[in-house]
Amino acid sequence: MRSQNSPFLGFRQPKRLQRFFQHGDRLWQGLIILGSALVFVLMLSVGWMLWSRSVASRTGFGWSFLTPTNNASWDPVNDHFQAWPFIYGTLLTSLVAIVVAVPVAGGIAIFLAELCPPWLRTPLTWMVELLAAIPSVVYGLWGIFVFLPQVVTPIGNFLGNTLGNIPVLSSLFMGPIPASGASRLAASLILTIMIIPTIAAVTRDVFLAIPNSQREAAKALGSTEWETIWQVLIPYGLSGILGAVILGLGRALGETMAVTMVIGNSIEGSASLLRPGYTMASLIANEFAEAVSALHTGALIEIGLILFVMTLLLNMLARFLVWQVARQTPQEGRA
Amino acid sequence: MSFPALPLDEARKVSTNMTMEIMTQIKRETNGNALIKVSVKKMDVYYGKFRALADINLDVREKQITAIIGPSGCGKSTLLRSFNRMNDLTPSCRMIGEITLDGENIFAPGVDVVDIRRRVGMVFQRPNPFPKSIYDNVAYGPRLYGVRRRTDLDEVVERSLKSAALWEEVKDKLHQSGMSLSGGQQQRLCIARALAVEPEVILMDEPASALDPISTLRIEELMHDLAKEYTIIIVTHNMQQAARVSNYTAMMMIDEQRAGRMIEYDQTQVIFTRPKDKRTEDYVTGRFG
Amino acid sequence: MSQMAELTDRRRALSIRRRKTINAVMITLTGVLTALALVPLFWIIGYVIVRGGKAINLDFFIHMPTPLGVTGGGVLSSIEGTLVLIILAAVFAIPPGVLAAFYAARYPNRPLGVALRFSTDVLSGVPSIVVGVFVYGLMVVPMGHYSGLAGGAALAVIMLPTIIRTTEEMLKLVPGTLREASLGLGAPEWKTSLSVLFPAAANGILTGFLLAIARAAGETAPLLMTALGNERFNLGQIVSGGVQNHQSIFTIIGRIINAPVDSLPLALWKYAQQPYPERVEQSWAVALVLMIFVLAINIIARVWAQERARKMRG
Repeated sequence: MRSQNSPFLGFRQPKRLQRFFQHGDRLWQGLIILGSALVFVLMLSVGWMLWSRSVASRTGFGWSFLTPTNNASWDPVNDHFQAWPFIYGTLLTSLVAIVVAVPVAGGIAIFLAELCPPWLRTPLTWMVELLAAIPSVVYGLWGIFVFLPQVVTPIGNFLGNTLGNIPVLSSLFMGPIPASGASRLAASLILTIMIIPTIAAVTRDVFLAIPNSQREAAKALGSTEWETIWQVLIPYGLSGILGAVILGLGRALGETMAVTMVIGNSIEGSASLLRPGYTMASLIANEFAEAVSALHTGALIEIGLILFVMTLLLNMLARFLVWQVARQTPQEGRA
Repeated sequence: MSFPALPLDEARKVSTNMTMEIMTQIKRETNGNALIKVSVKKMDVYYGKFRALADINLDVREKQITAIIGPSGCGKSTLLRSFNRMNDLTPSCRMIGEITLDGENIFAPGVDVVDIRRRVGMVFQRPNPFPKSIYDNVAYGPRLYGVRRRTDLDEVVERSLKSAALWEEVKDKLHQSGMSLSGGQQQRLCIARALAVEPEVILMDEPASALDPISTLRIEELMHDLAKEYTIIIVTHNMQQAARVSNYTAMMMIDEQRAGRMIEYDQTQVIFTRPKDKRTEDYVTGRFG
Repeated sequence: MSQMAELTDRRRALSIRRRKTINAVMITLTGVLTALALVPLFWIIGYVIVRGGKAINLDFFIHMPTPLGVTGGGVLSSIEGTLVLIILAAVFAIPPGVLAAFYAARYPNRPLGVALRFSTDVLSGVPSIVVGVFVYGLMVVPMGHYSGLAGGAALAVIMLPTIIRTTEEMLKLVPGTLREASLGLGAPEWKTSLSVLFPAAANGILTGFLLAIARAAGETAPLLMTALGNERFNLGQIVSGGVQNHQSIFTIIGRIINAPVDSLPLALWKYAQQPYPERVEQSWAVALVLMIFVLAINIIARVWAQERARKMRG
């Protein structure tokens, strides 16, 4: 606490001003604590809101709401709801998107971090980030009128004709893809494009954080550039890379508009990628504003709860992995 | 070492005597007739427009230990990193002149850098083991060349770790992470790793400066053993270490344009007892930084 | 005899050649993948410009939507709605976000600081549609109707983590010596924060705001059950009507935010789904407007950030 007699050139602060300053500090402390508490309470409220407003549906259907079943029905008329087709749709499209996006995003991150000529680096990084700035609805619009007819339908037909006939894979690739192209495949591919920037950006940061001493050690032993990347850098940054993938997965799970516009929004019972499907997020988007009965709304909120829990768990996993990377950064050897 | 009250000539004599004492404690064979393994001819090195090294000429003799000494910032590391073309990794770095290994210019177009780096190995100032097991660290190099059979890899790993005087300490924990070792052990692991690809020359950039005195001594003893098989070039800012360890010493200093130059190069005994250049004399007697 | 020594020079040379080929192939592959990923960027932007450009004219910006078949409609209601929503979201999100960031930068290890970091993480991972459901339960149900207020609140929740993170990072970048100097001169904590730290970090913080706004402007999902969308939203009418009837400014604002509100992404969503070709063409035009808005903010923010970084490097 400052003394009554401020030292500077014998200047003494008038008492009123001093008191104001002291109160000002307390006021400021109060404000920033209030702001932080608000954020914390907000986070808790989200969880609580989803939990409490889905009570009718949770108690009504129990765990069978979630379990895989062949007899799923989503029936607002008779107030019977089962979420499996949507859970399946979300999981399938997100996982396929990850499988395709990770190698591509990894390649991009490696190129931008290690191989790209310096003058190209900034513009290219910018452009990849710009991909992430395009709103989801715009992806959807382009998806419906350009991507579906020109890219998805040909690929879908091709896959249906080739993989659709192989015994084990046929359930996943049983065609035919609808004429419009609206299918889980379309959703997966558009999700792929949308999550590539996220995964690439974080992975690139991971590579940039790897100390140069590792690269020098590998190069001095006669490694080629690729050998350095593949055998030294990637193992070194593996937890961080996994964290990036999980972040991408989280984004894919929650992506709504683009997916809704290209997935076909139907629960026709096939498990195939080539047929139309439905995701949890799309369901909420399509039905929420028109849901009439309380149970219908409650069931939709329960679906929101499931999405919330999924992304929460993924987030915590990603946090843990990032923490792992920080721990692994080598300290000086104990001399 | 400080000589507060002695007049200058006396001081010089005392310091020279101490150096000679240290030198005679460690037996070394300096073969004056050894063949020339690596030769630097009229080399300049530039970082962009800045000339970091000027007119370097140096003949490194086979299976001898050559030390490069000089004050901080005189370009010792830049010179060392030229021998295995590590400076290639710095985009703005270019060189004029040539460096020959067994008579052939390593900078000639069409020369395989990967092979050069296998033949000229490097140990860095701070140990930098990979975050892999001790075994995998040492086996890294041979694996690059396709050595796959378990028995062969086991043999290489054991041999390299023995040559690096680390085998006894780690033979029971080869699968532990290389980073779990102490600093001195990590540095010996890096040496073992470098030895595993069977180089001909080993470059060491202040290899013991990050280590405690006991580890330092162990590394120095190791260098003597290694010199029986390999040509060693070491950079050190520690003159006593250079005096203890090396057969030949090269003295470097920066000129008025801040470019590093080779002032004097001779057998270590000569450099430390009857140097020809006054600047060398000033440096080794401790009068200079 | 070790396998390394067994490797004759020739075999070693072959092995090196093979390794170098693999090296060249993989390096090229990464370059190709990067180029490949940029294809959608140019494809989408190109299409939006070309097809959107066809349907766009000045009318588009200054007219309300007209019924089907009547030409000359515009998306004024959507543009106004987007602006209203963004302003609301900023008002809701910026004060608590900035305050919380000050706390996080100053006391990262206190329990509230840890809780705050955790909360920010959780909130940043919540899908935007779930945020909409949350605000529905929080505001729409008690209020009894959809409203721009709820829409703004939903967008605020989405913007909040970004604002907190960016502000915190920028505050941390301010050299500690600056703070110490201020405190050393006898300035109280709050004055230090407001008069010294905040201005020093202001540019970066504003960049963060811009990026958060760009993101919020493009959101559709959370608005579907909060602001709902409203083709008849006419800011001009509300304001002039209010002035004519001598309503207070608060009443006017209340009327603005208390009713369902439209936005550009919502309009896009609606038009794209309708089976009428004119509507589809209009949706491309809306996409163009939206993209210009979002990308412009993005580019401005990034260029500004780069300028700052350049100046700091000297």
